Amino acid sequence: MAGCFTWIKAEPMGIRIVPADAWIDPSRAVERALVTHGHADHARGGHGQTIATPATLAIMGVRYGVAEGTVPADYHEPIILGGGVSATFLPAGHVLGSAQILLEYAGERVIVTGDYKRSPDPTCLPFAVTPCDLFITEATFGLPVFRHPPIADEIARLLAARAANPERCVLVGAYALGKAQRVIAELRAASWHEPIYLHGAMETMCRLYEEQGVQLGDLRSAAGVPKTELAGAIVICPPSALNDRWSRRLPDPLTAMASGWMRVRQRARQRGVKLPLVISDHADWDELTQTIAEVNPAETWITHGREEALLRWCELHQRRARALALSGYEDEDD
Amino acid sequence: MQRFAALLDGLLLTPSRNGKLVLIADYLRDTPDPDRGWALAALTGAVDFPAVKAGTVRSLMAERVDPVLWALSRDFVGDTAETASLLWPEPATPPTGPSPTLGEIVTALGSTTRSAAPGLLASLLDQLDTAGRYALIKFATGALRIGISARLAKVAFAQAFSVAVDEVEEYWHGQHPPYGPLFQWATGAAPPPRTDLLPLFRPFMLAHPLEDQAISLADYVAEWKWDGIRVQLVHVNGETRVYSRGGDEISASFPEIAAALPFPAVLDGELLVRGNQQGGEAGGAASFNALQQRLGRKTVSKAMLAEAPAFVRLYDVLIDEGEDLRGEPWTTRRGRLEALIPRLDPARFDLSETIAATDMDSLAAIRAGARDAAIEGVMLKHRASPYVAGRRSGLWYKWKREPLLVDCVLMYAQRGSGKRSSFYSDFTFGCWDGDPDAGAELLPVGKAYFGFTDEELKWLDRHVRQHTVAKFGPVRETDKSLVFEVAFDSVHASKRHKSGVAMRFPRINRIRQDKPAHEADRLDALLSMVT
Repeated sequence: MAGCFTWIKAEPMGIRIVPADAWIDPSRAVERALVTHGHADHARGGHGQTIATPATLAIMGVRYGVAEGTVPADYHEPIILGGGVSATFLPAGHVLGSAQILLEYAGERVIVTGDYKRSPDPTCLPFAVTPCDLFITEATFGLPVFRHPPIADEIARLLAARAANPERCVLVGAYALGKAQRVIAELRAASWHEPIYLHGAMETMCRLYEEQGVQLGDLRSAAGVPKTELAGAIVICPPSALNDRWSRRLPDPLTAMASGWMRVRQRARQRGVKLPLVISDHADWDELTQTIAEVNPAETWITHGREEALLRWCELHQRRARALALSGYEDEDD
Repeated sequence: MQRFAALLDGLLLTPSRNGKLVLIADYLRDTPDPDRGWALAALTGAVDFPAVKAGTVRSLMAERVDPVLWALSRDFVGDTAETASLLWPEPATPPTGPSPTLGEIVTALGSTTRSAAPGLLASLLDQLDTAGRYALIKFATGALRIGISARLAKVAFAQAFSVAVDEVEEYWHGQHPPYGPLFQWATGAAPPPRTDLLPLFRPFMLAHPLEDQAISLADYVAEWKWDGIRVQLVHVNGETRVYSRGGDEISASFPEIAAALPFPAVLDGELLVRGNQQGGEAGGAASFNALQQRLGRKTVSKAMLAEAPAFVRLYDVLIDEGEDLRGEPWTTRRGRLEALIPRLDPARFDLSETIAATDMDSLAAIRAGARDAAIEGVMLKHRASPYVAGRRSGLWYKWKREPLLVDCVLMYAQRGSGKRSSFYSDFTFGCWDGDPDAGAELLPVGKAYFGFTDEELKWLDRHVRQHTVAKFGPVRETDKSLVFEVAFDSVHASKRHKSGVAMRFPRINRIRQDKPAHEADRLDALLSMVT
């Protein structure tokens, strides 16, 4: 029976669950969508029905105005989709509310990971390794050159750069949902209890994280704060604001960026970043391969990212695998 | 090695020239010999280990990484050294003790053989972290490719030890890595290295622009400012070298010049190509455009030598038969130069004549009436001036002709770098190819990124953002509503540009908010100024 999976279809706009007439993370509006997490390349408004974890639904409410037709899915609680299919949302460790989705039909178990990581994150529950027959995995950092260092090391480098430049501020470019809050939480864990200043685009999401029980400490808006007060401070903004006019209000900012891509020098250079921080909310190469080995599925499908290298790894390890060509998933800012 | 690795990473992530200078200068001051000398050699492209090639690294990796995964990774990262540094398997037992120094690495790599090199490199890689591995591979294969010129490294060296960069240039030649004597001189521990017996480049004497200084022709002599390239000819021990303005040797591009100086001397002059524009029909020179075709060639064809023969218009002598004349006044050097001219082939050398003018007013009239538009202006040299490196105030002045002006329309803008990094500050502008009211189009004629004040820059940045009609990556296309008065030194026919013309030194002279775009100049206006 393993290796059939004809009830799951990988189509350009997403993964379709045929007997239940539902989609996972579709890139266009559909009647019924299961959403793994709140990032824009996975979550979109306009679906007839949206099934997601309560935290993801809260994020989608703030970001995309999704209010109608929401169905909360608690972690580990199976939901009957109809057509003989049930779905269980499992923690994925990517951002607050992120889930892998376990689908069960006719005795076959399929997991769609969405985005995930294995390293610890104080802002969300850790990835739950769950056995299945078909594992549909992301591959954003699916190249052996990507090895994310322990986040404590990167946070220590950030604090050291701040201490070495008391007249300047350190401006950290971080994705507004997930990365920013994780960086803040890790700074708090490293005993940085000073106010952290935020770009306007960060404020709503940080407030939402706090409402969901993630403590982020003293956060302040960077708007209107005099330069003298920002000397020696840590300011967080979306990556797009790093070299924009917005940053001219800051006292000679030392630009940092928290992203898995920072592992490659030219990527950091292209971004105009002086302090590259290798911090990612995606699994690195070792985590991707370790996870496939631990889950140990009969078959692996690989999607959005550098599929070829992971496909090659599966081939070298005698694992059945194929690459999917889904469109619309991109994560240049992670 | 960790220090050198940090330097490379810092340089890569620091876009500003000043920032790079500070990083290199700090490194050179704070790092002991011989490591700093070897780093300097790496930055100036003077490191070569015959036993280690790029292929050595590739085959090392082939033994450790699946070829498909290597190819995919290399393709993504775009740099072999970096890919290898990221993919190198961490040793089972982490290295203990200090990482190898550059000096130790040089000793090891310099004495290895081609067959032993891979094993040696592998053991060194095992002792380093990712950044260290990257730096080691770059260093060992001798190809840094991090956008640092040798000149920048020398300026940083001068900055590090508060010495004159021209002296650094002079003493540099003839020195070898790790440059012990150079550091000893710069730190004041020893006299400068001897240079008189080597075919070395001596830094040029340069001129200040003449602004409103009061100058008397009793003290100053006037010469034409020719539009070629400044060259220095050095003949020592039967060998002649031709150096360009930056001290780069260009003898191979101009073999007829290198072959034509038969006696020991160091001469200063303007390299030109025969033609009928600069200095009359007979024995004159062609425009800069003609010379440009000869530049940057590693070899020169016979046809090229016949079609565009080069010669040097001499205006100074630094060393004559081993006698250093740089301390002598200009009049003495000029006399020695004139005495040398009969010994030289007139097809290859002539003398830059002085201009007979009694006072500055008559000189101004001569300057304005210069028949040849390709002459850039006049030079004024103090009759008592010694030959000193660089720009020394009061000695030499350049008095350029009034710039040419044309009204152009802003077409595209691009963000600048360094302190202008978030501003649209590089502007492409165009002229109409006909009557704009009869459907003519704008053709780009030039690009400029200076000439405006900081206040104007802010205004321009805002204008670009508010008038953008399309984006192409970093470039914005504007609605073509803004007129610039563009100043430039000269304009030449060019096949490489769609408009058919190329300006020299264009800059934004004025922002003409008052002028409607359709009243900007047409291409004809520029074509009529072509020289």
